[in-house]
Amino acid sequence: MLRGADERMRIPIRLSVNGQNVETLIEPRELLLDFLRDRLGLLGAKRSCDMQVCGTCTVLVGGVPVSACCTLAYEARDQEITTVEGLGGDGKLHALQRAFVAHAAVQCGFCTPGMLLSIVALLEQNPHPDREELRRYLSGNLCRCTGYWNILEAVEAAMRESEAEAG
Amino acid sequence: MLREFQIHQPDTVEAASTLLAEYGLEAAPYAGGTELLLIMKEGLVQYRHLVDLKTIPGLNDLGLEGEALVIGPLATHRQLERSTLLRQHLPVLAELEAGIANARVRAAGTLGGNLCFAEPHSDPATFLMAWGASLVLGSAAGRRELPVEDFFLDVLQTAREPEEILTAVRLPLRPTTVRCSYQRFRLHERPTATVAAVLELQDGVIASARLALGGVSPVPRRASEAEAVLRDQPLDEEVFAAAAAEAGRAADPVSDIYGSAEYKRHLVAVLTRRALEAAVDHPAGEIV
Repeated sequence: MLRGADERMRIPIRLSVNGQNVETLIEPRELLLDFLRDRLGLLGAKRSCDMQVCGTCTVLVGGVPVSACCTLAYEARDQEITTVEGLGGDGKLHALQRAFVAHAAVQCGFCTPGMLLSIVALLEQNPHPDREELRRYLSGNLCRCTGYWNILEAVEAAMRESEAEAG
Repeated sequence: MLREFQIHQPDTVEAASTLLAEYGLEAAPYAGGTELLLIMKEGLVQYRHLVDLKTIPGLNDLGLEGEALVIGPLATHRQLERSTLLRQHLPVLAELEAGIANARVRAAGTLGGNLCFAEPHSDPATFLMAWGASLVLGSAAGRRELPVEDFFLDVLQTAREPEEILTAVRLPLRPTTVRCSYQRFRLHERPTATVAAVLELQDGVIASARLALGGVSPVPRRASEAEAVLRDQPLDEEVFAAAAAEAGRAADPVSDIYGSAEYKRHLVAVLTRRALEAAVDHPAGEIV
């Protein structure tokens, strides 16, 4: 733990964000959402309800979804962080993102990064959720355009596609 | 933006307790932060020191000790919903944990944080009270154990002294003649009303009953009037209906953003009947 000239506590942390190593000093009070948006310029995670209800600020910490608005950046030390910018790669969309496009699962787009990351995390731990499980799980991500039906269709299409690929 | 504070990283309960004693009202224990950071962001409380309990090894372990299942208070809801040990010995609690708030809250929030924050709509508090669980509190001065029923004093207030740390949640293992169920009704992140029922059966008769009501009043409470209706009675629809009505009458609900007192009273009666019916078919060690 280090102290700057202004006597504020600063903590050195190392983490990986979308596969890139980051080493920096943070203040204990810094929120992960502000760290990602203001210091790293990653604007995919959004601030909305600011109280862990809506899901627009969802990012993955070690593959597990958290609300970046209510998580201290301190908790990201030595962790692998994934934001929506880290899905896909090489200029290509992730299979789930392609399914969102194909099924018009995006309306205004504000909830989309959080939806995508939540679903990626769910499928990682449970590759074959039925519709009821999907609905229950996604009840933690709000879409104020109320585009839920197309989102569910897109997820199920992506699941079918990945099963077909797996043969 | 949060106001400035320092984070401390103790590696023992004693060290954490010493820090809490040293900084007094300026310090708070910090676990998952799901409740604490919310009220800090709102400016409702201001702490200059957070004592991170997650840096203390072993405080999130689950295990069997003699005739009890012991849960480390730093276990997250996510860890508990996925624990094979909990699924095996108390699946009702594992299912309860799987239904708390949303996946993100479950990933960060801990059982101990939930209990110590004492939000009146806590899910686990109600079940643990009905089950007859006890809580172990530790400090630099020693340790003490108290029943969950003696822990909750009022909204956001518990019997934990400022320098004490919850170090274990102890759930006695019960024989298969003990049946239990947890029923919740929720429209938001937190439930409007919850009922936990634990019945001990002997030859088709209810030898003893423990009912706890949550979300309806400032702290979870036993419905002893309804328990008395059940005692020494057969497993019978009319007995359940009478107990449910008594639980609703005795509920002492308060109106809040989740519902009016009258509405909660109705919910308590319905949930009590459902809890009793569900409990009969489910020994504690079976999935509901």
